[in-house]
Amino acid sequence: MIYKVISKGEFKAFIDALVQNNSSFGPRKVDTGSNGKPIYQFMPVKSVDEIDFDYTVTHSSAKHFFLPYRDELSHFNFSDGNWEQEIRYEAPPIILIGLRPCDINAVNILDDVMLHGAYPSPYYLARRKNNFIIGMDHMPLPDCFCHSMNRHTVNHGFNLFCSDIGDSYYLSINSSKAFNFLKEFKIEEPTYEDNCLLIERRKNIKNSFETKIEVSGLPCFLDIEFDSPIWQKWGDKCLSCGSCAMVCPTCYCYSVEECFDIDLKGSTRQNHLYSCNLVDFAQVTGGHNFRPKTGDRLKYRYYHHYRGFAANDNQQICVGCNRCGRACLADINPKDVINDLRLERESCMICVSPSPDKT
Amino acid sequence: MNHLGFEMEKVKIGSFDFTCCEGCQLQLANKESTLPDFLALLDIRNFREISSERLDDYDIALVEGSITRPDEIERLKAIRAKAKVLIAFGTCACFGGVNSLKNRIPQEEAIREVYDNKAVETMPSMKISDVVQVDHSIPGCPVSKDEVEQILVGIVTRSQVSLPTYPVCVDCKQQLNTCLFDLGELCLGPITRAGCNAVCTTGKSACLGCRGPAEELNMPAFFELVKDRALSLDDLHEMLAFYNAFEPFATDET
Repeated sequence: MIYKVISKGEFKAFIDALVQNNSSFGPRKVDTGSNGKPIYQFMPVKSVDEIDFDYTVTHSSAKHFFLPYRDELSHFNFSDGNWEQEIRYEAPPIILIGLRPCDINAVNILDDVMLHGAYPSPYYLARRKNNFIIGMDHMPLPDCFCHSMNRHTVNHGFNLFCSDIGDSYYLSINSSKAFNFLKEFKIEEPTYEDNCLLIERRKNIKNSFETKIEVSGLPCFLDIEFDSPIWQKWGDKCLSCGSCAMVCPTCYCYSVEECFDIDLKGSTRQNHLYSCNLVDFAQVTGGHNFRPKTGDRLKYRYYHHYRGFAANDNQQICVGCNRCGRACLADINPKDVINDLRLERESCMICVSPSPDKT
Repeated sequence: MNHLGFEMEKVKIGSFDFTCCEGCQLQLANKESTLPDFLALLDIRNFREISSERLDDYDIALVEGSITRPDEIERLKAIRAKAKVLIAFGTCACFGGVNSLKNRIPQEEAIREVYDNKAVETMPSMKISDVVQVDHSIPGCPVSKDEVEQILVGIVTRSQVSLPTYPVCVDCKQQLNTCLFDLGELCLGPITRAGCNAVCTTGKSACLGCRGPAEELNMPAFFELVKDRALSLDDLHEMLAFYNAFEPFATDET
């Protein structure tokens, strides 16, 4: 990692040069909510003036740049009683601007799942290799809990990371590509004061988290609480609408659909990002549904995120961005569900038996 | 037609309209880019919008519209008797549709308002499955031609024919739309069957549920969230009744 400092004016010139010449996406205000607050999304940008550098959070994550909601896996051509499979790994280069540390951590988790498992995804790899990520830090929102998940800082998975130190950005340069781009612009060695400002900024961010979730020992807790009535309680609120998984930066579950071309001369196999909350997620051939109950489906989503599955090395894949909590119309959010689950057992007074004496 | 080495016959199809605007049938002749291939799958026996032929032998009957007159019942039963596969085509056929608005007022009042007291034989609007057995449903106001193509190809190739089970929210989030509830509006997206690509909400119009209920609806939870947001329950009931698609859930309010 190389550290430099760039004035905000020069930084804008740098970004402008990048977005003028490349297919780029950055945070833009798309609406104003009924609460008066702006709503942001990662949208195409063609000039630096279109980017809201001081945005709070995007409603959807940046996941779909690597895992499109719908993705053609292959096309089959039928001819002479036979068929040929045609696969393309097409990923035009893109620049992603303004990802938060939690967003970049989420991409790193997706890397683990998609690239470091037994069956690496060439589709994901093509997209992941062909992008340039510029991260930016931010003051946490009241409901951000990435600090609890230890995902509030990030040290890899980006080309360039910018920390706001007042009139300048403190740059962490993590790729030769980024370094070469920046050569054309006025960047400086961080001074003693810049370093102090960076440390102060980090301290400030760390101390500003209002939402905390106790996740230590959670995998074991979840194992024990498999039959807890809590799941039905929250399941009764759940609409099974899948919004949580769609906005989540790490939900990667998908379904595969195949359909014939209308001329019957070929067919398409398509990947469709799905959600374990959707009613037929665990339905199999013959019609049996392994998880017909809403509460069970909700439970498995929490298990995947806070207990971890073997496919992702049993790591917790939640990064604490709370996008799911914000998107949920039924007001289901990780903080309340997990606190509820812990409280139910930790405050139980029915079967208290004394712990073994300290010896 | 040759498909995977098998010779296949075109499917004999008839398209019939009852009480409706015929907009769904019009979709059959839409989407010009694939129209020749689409028509190549079909042997059109009876379809007044695109052919003057009136033949009575067909395997598949697309039935559009709701049933609002006694003579329509007889005509529908005759179609059912001839068709091997009957498809309720469009929201009116699947649920009763906008025509069902008249079910909420005395029939005499409806006749007076619309026909100025001329003697007309009319009755409350019924969906097709109230009268005959329906094999497949393609909901939508109007139907989506993409979905119609997929379903007809499925029938022709004898592969699985299905509709999405999940709600419009999935499609809507995939379009990166702002949730209309976040803008303080009511929307039936969370309870309506997906498959429309969230075309209305992408245009910032609330979903009115033309595709009917998603599977395994949690209606009490939906009523609850509308109340929690202090949105109008009267407006909600009005929206739910618009296409008559949520009638079975009207009493789910807790």
